[in-house]
Amino acid sequence: MNQVPDMNGRFGKFGGRYVPETLMNALLELEEAYQHYSKDPDFIAEVRYLLNKYSGRPTSLYHAQRLSEHLGGAQIYLKREDLNHTGAHKINNTIGQGVLAKRMGKTKIIAETGAGQHGVASATVAALLGMECKVFMGEEDTKRQELNVFRMQLLGAEVVPVTSGTRTLKDACNETLRYWVSHVDDTYYILGSVTGPHPYPMMVRDFQRIIGDEAREQILKDAGRLPDYVVAAVGGGSNAIGIFYPFIGDDGVKLLGVEAAGRGVDTEEHAATMTKGRHGVFQGSLSYVLQDEHGQVQPAHSISAGLDYPGIGPEHSYLKDTGRADYVPITDAEALEGLQLLSRTEGIIPALESAHAIAQVMKLAPTLSRDQIILVSLSGRGDKDVQAIMGYLGGEGNHGH
Amino acid sequence: MNAIDAAFQRLREEGRTALIPFVTIGDPDLDTSVDIIRTLEEAGADMIELGVPYSDPLADGPVIQRASERALSNGRVTLGDVVHVAEKARQAGVKLPFILFTYFNPVLQYGLDRFFELVTAKGISGLIIPDLPLEEDAELRAMAEAVDIHLIPLVAPTSNDRVARIAAKARGFVYCVSSLGVTGVRADFHAGIDEFLATVRGATSTPIAVGFGISNREQVERFGKQADGVIVGSAIVRKIEETVPLLQAAETKQQGLGQIRAFVSELSGRTS
Repeated sequence: MNQVPDMNGRFGKFGGRYVPETLMNALLELEEAYQHYSKDPDFIAEVRYLLNKYSGRPTSLYHAQRLSEHLGGAQIYLKREDLNHTGAHKINNTIGQGVLAKRMGKTKIIAETGAGQHGVASATVAALLGMECKVFMGEEDTKRQELNVFRMQLLGAEVVPVTSGTRTLKDACNETLRYWVSHVDDTYYILGSVTGPHPYPMMVRDFQRIIGDEAREQILKDAGRLPDYVVAAVGGGSNAIGIFYPFIGDDGVKLLGVEAAGRGVDTEEHAATMTKGRHGVFQGSLSYVLQDEHGQVQPAHSISAGLDYPGIGPEHSYLKDTGRADYVPITDAEALEGLQLLSRTEGIIPALESAHAIAQVMKLAPTLSRDQIILVSLSGRGDKDVQAIMGYLGGEGNHGH
Repeated sequence: MNAIDAAFQRLREEGRTALIPFVTIGDPDLDTSVDIIRTLEEAGADMIELGVPYSDPLADGPVIQRASERALSNGRVTLGDVVHVAEKARQAGVKLPFILFTYFNPVLQYGLDRFFELVTAKGISGLIIPDLPLEEDAELRAMAEAVDIHLIPLVAPTSNDRVARIAAKARGFVYCVSSLGVTGVRADFHAGIDEFLATVRGATSTPIAVGFGISNREQVERFGKQADGVIVGSAIVRKIEETVPLLQAAETKQQGLGQIRAFVSELSGRTS
């Protein structure tokens, strides 16, 4: 496969820079700064130092033996991004972009967040680097993720509830872009996924590929060979591209993205962008988008605020259309089963996002033989979701299973 | 000759600046939009931007965003509906040039070929697509030129050395963004605005128009000295928002239109 993106930020036909002219200069400036610093040994060393000493990398690769035995098929390995500082893979990217922002001479950071993980990671990095931070969050999500709102405030960030549109992640992204347009002089926008206009999808991928780089090396060492499948949840798709990317050249490794089917892909309430979306331009790039026939972007639904997004990164769209990766939907109910199973077999409560990946593994593993390997990105821990999960499961946890 | 070019030529001969209002079509409903367009012409508008309501209007502030939400919730107004309103306004005798303002995705979903079939010969003289910068517009620009519809580009105070490249390809006029940020009424414009406008002026012989945040006669006059046209969006859309209750009832509709007429007459300096 060719190196993507090209000079115009294109992954095949996907990607690009569909933004108001007022943002173009900021994006060109960012691209130039990133090109420069991503080759600068001091910059690389600082990012690496913080990832290792501050966040706790490398995260471990864990052979989930009890889960594997329970499912009675392939051997399941979990890449434990949940063990990162702040509890998810999001910190890999915010450390990278935060240090970049500082090098660019910016004093303020803005970010958007859905579930709050990217917001917490951005607020954390802002505190660490001594920068001001504003986090835009859909009003609906501030209610679903009260605890994370409080966390961000404890870290010194201002949380701005967004009341436009669907009051979720999509509108938080719009609002952050709008705010950035007016404050580009001193403000850096830490975008949280592999979405948005070029260079963000490329840059965030580069900061997240450490997941796959480590995992590839670890699995070769632990299992002596490459996995048969790499499985990861996709909303915008940053953890998935992070773990997929270093395996793209390994033809024998199947890449499987798991998207949120909410109440089912036959209902109106889902976030299954790849299954039900069409090519379109949304928030700065051409990609798969959940939209109606007139091009109006449709609201998404998922039990997980982190997957509740009608778009997806352009590189995933490229991987889908070239056939290099497959994308499958998992419902809210299936994700909750995945969450409970991992909790009970391994003592790991995953984030609701990662629970979607586990639910897919529940379907996949039994169809494979015991000498096959599934590598799963366990992108985050479930602490943030415990309150929401309690609401969904009620007292049910005491019965059955 | 494209109607926008003809209008600027006439205005130049008369020594006037173009007043270019923006309205969101379908706010509060499609029939009322036809009435509003007629009212704007009567009040002294020289061209009109017809806004296609969109779910994710990245370049717009809260006022126009709310107008989009009203249009989408009242009748799920589509690109086709907006062009149909333009046709109906023509049938009702409206003469001034129409400029279609739309985000790119509705056009893309329509299909570029079908889109140009839709707009050609329907009285649409220009297109403004705020999320289609120079780097992404080649295909659409070529198709627009082939049917003599002007793709009107935006330039911003941050465009720097892009100004010359953008202006070189501009048709109709160059839309100069008066301030950073999204559309919306504001008291302060970008600090380097005068220098910026001079730069654009020096880069092209195509007319230039200023927009974003202009809301009163004083500002129209201020920018009228430096530009060939002045665009007023949010201030008019907000006026429409205020009169929505009047516009929606048959017995008070004329009263509502009268308030819009009075506001735009004041902007155009044609207070009667």
